[in-house]
Amino acid sequence: MSLDDISIKVAADLNSIGSVDALLNEIATRLERFIASGETAMIDLKSLPFSPSEYEALRTALGRGEVSARLETIGDSELYETHYAGVWWVTHYNVEGDVIADLIEIAAVPAILHSQPEDVQDGLERLQRTLSQEK
Amino acid sequence: MVTQEILLWVRGTGLQIAVAVFVIGMVFRMLHIRMLGRKKSLAQARGSEWSGGLRTIWKRSLVSTRLSARGYFTVIAGFIFHIGFFVTLLFLSQHIDLIRAVLGLHWPAMPRGVIDMAAVLSIAAMVALLVHRFVDPVKRLLSDFQDYLTWLLSFLPLLSGFMLLREIGFEYITLLTLHIASVELLLIVAPFTKLAHMFTTFMARWYNGAVNGFKGINI
Amino acid sequence: MEHETLEQRLHEQGISRRSFLKFCAAMATMMALPPGSASAIAATLAKVKRPSVIWLSFQECTGCTESLTRSHSPTLESMIFDMVSLDYHHTLQAASGHAAEQARDDAMKEFHGKYLLLVDGSIPIKDGGVYSTIAGRTNLDMLLEAAEGAAAIVAVGSCAAFGGLPNAQPNPTGAVAVSDLIKDKPIINISGCPPIPAVITGVLAHYLTFGALPALDALGRPKAFYGETIHDRCYRRPMYEQGKFARTFDDEGARNGWCLYELGCKGPTTHNACATTKWNGGTSFPIESGHGCIGCSEPKFWDAGSFYAPLPAPTADIASVAKTAAVVGAAAAVIAGAVDRGKKTQLQQSLVKLTVEDLKGD
Ligand code: SF4
Ligand code: SF4
Repeated sequence: MSLDDISIKVAADLNSIGSVDALLNEIATRLERFIASGETAMIDLKSLPFSPSEYEALRTALGRGEVSARLETIGDSELYETHYAGVWWVTHYNVEGDVIADLIEIAAVPAILHSQPEDVQDGLERLQRTLSQEK
Repeated sequence: MVTQEILLWVRGTGLQIAVAVFVIGMVFRMLHIRMLGRKKSLAQARGSEWSGGLRTIWKRSLVSTRLSARGYFTVIAGFIFHIGFFVTLLFLSQHIDLIRAVLGLHWPAMPRGVIDMAAVLSIAAMVALLVHRFVDPVKRLLSDFQDYLTWLLSFLPLLSGFMLLREIGFEYITLLTLHIASVELLLIVAPFTKLAHMFTTFMARWYNGAVNGFKGINI
Repeated sequence: MEHETLEQRLHEQGISRRSFLKFCAAMATMMALPPGSASAIAATLAKVKRPSVIWLSFQECTGCTESLTRSHSPTLESMIFDMVSLDYHHTLQAASGHAAEQARDDAMKEFHGKYLLLVDGSIPIKDGGVYSTIAGRTNLDMLLEAAEGAAAIVAVGSCAAFGGLPNAQPNPTGAVAVSDLIKDKPIINISGCPPIPAVITGVLAHYLTFGALPALDALGRPKAFYGETIHDRCYRRPMYEQGKFARTFDDEGARNGWCLYELGCKGPTTHNACATTKWNGGTSFPIESGHGCIGCSEPKFWDAGSFYAPLPAPTADIASVAKTAAVVGAAAAVIAGAVDRGKKTQLQQSLVKLTVEDLKGD
């Protein structure tokens, strides 16, 4: 038996709650601010009471753009730029594949993609150690 | 722990007390009045008491065409209030849930838009009537403390109920508690004040009509 | 044996800063903080010393621990090993018997005044607390002892927070909540039966990050999670507003995802984060599965009538009260009527008839 065998249908007017539009407006405002002052922003999708159909509606509305990236660290993370440049959809998973954070990020590049100074330092030390061993 | 426990109390013990007082009070008063009795009339009946009584109950529920402007205002506003009150009381789905839980009876609810309108009209009519009572010298003279008390006791359930439906001002649980409590207050006070008119009105009309009917007067 | 900082710990394990940042982003979501605060959280978390945690389980069903071990982020292991030092938890620890009790005593001595005390389960106090004992000691005794040296107490689950199921009528063991017994320590109530796992870890994370308890509501629950009702955030709310209610669990309304109010949903009077944080790793929450909220995070929810009775339904028997009242009222009226009649005849009898003689006068 698959999920489709269960006779549940999602009523069409569940969409009437209007929070997808509200969120898109919010994104537009944040984008304006980003252009004007470079101020980045994040919106936590898990804090918003979306129904499954609204969530899908949001995905459709934002679409998919040119860039996507993947982190492999304590579970995967999926990042992609939406159809609107500067608007990123960032989803973090844990090792078991559950969503642990679901964010919209307004930025040129999502913060977590940047290499972290501590990691760079660490990397340099490791490289130097390797080099000194080779000698 | 307070709010949940108060809600539990008004949904349980509080309601039991209110219903007990209301039923005891009302049954007592109605039967008591009935038992005052009337001397048996030795005259020959010229018509039926029943048809006269019922006709008067019906006729006096209509708006008379021979009213002063003040009379019209009072009667129309009174009508709006009463109709709105009973529409919300009997046709809001939450109230039907309650009736079903207690009596096992149920019927279809009215759409929320209709209920909202009925409630707003009813509240507006009550406010207008209160203002009129203050402004009109005759009415003001006729009013005593009990009139204002019964006004308030009928107004609170309507107001708190409307606020609850729209979740205005307070949390749902607070409004629900206040609403139920206000109804309980109304139930407790009703048998011993003018609010007893919810039953006595019909008794009185029947009595007048029956007297006339007996005499064969057809009004 | 001071515990090391989280940063040192992670570094030793070869966990990158980026991973840590991701972890903090998850934490921010969990604590319902603005998502931008992840880096600030990372900065503080990295520096704090892992606190000692003692977990006491009293009159409970282990459901709360089950819930926590299903906590998706961070995974329990990472939480136990990285964020705190769980020095005693009789279900999760490897040690048993005297060794386990010894571990608790040691931790209590070593970190006196600094450890975090987690409690799940209510505390029976009737008959000297004999209804629940561990290693021959009553729960009451253990709680009082452990609370003495605690920096703060976290009451996990509705039983520890409000008394829960054991406290339901007629409460045979005299079960009470932690806050009924301990008055001089900060107590945070994470209610729910069980509480949402992410809320348990979220509160711990908050404590670690800010070194203080989060803002609490009047019932001692963290506002970030219990600030709103299920109904406030329910995606079926438009149905409620339109008066579209499911009548049974399999009617057309239920299939269409209509509001579950008439099927007993207690969402309007229940404060919890289910509608947004959700359960099972963010999969869904009960109403999404077609079942109303039973109000599990509120005090006395077991005594609030049937889970399937709508909120307006009375929680006590009204019909028989009304019937009895009608009989009483009628009886009273009959008695009053008889008294009236008695008075009337008396008056009639005492009436002196006026005669012509009286009128003549003298
Ligand atoms: S299902 Fe429950 S929480 Fe959701 S709208 Fe209906 S009553 Fe409110
Ligand atoms: S939906 Fe209600 S009953 Fe269910 S877990 Fe959440 S608070 Fe408890």
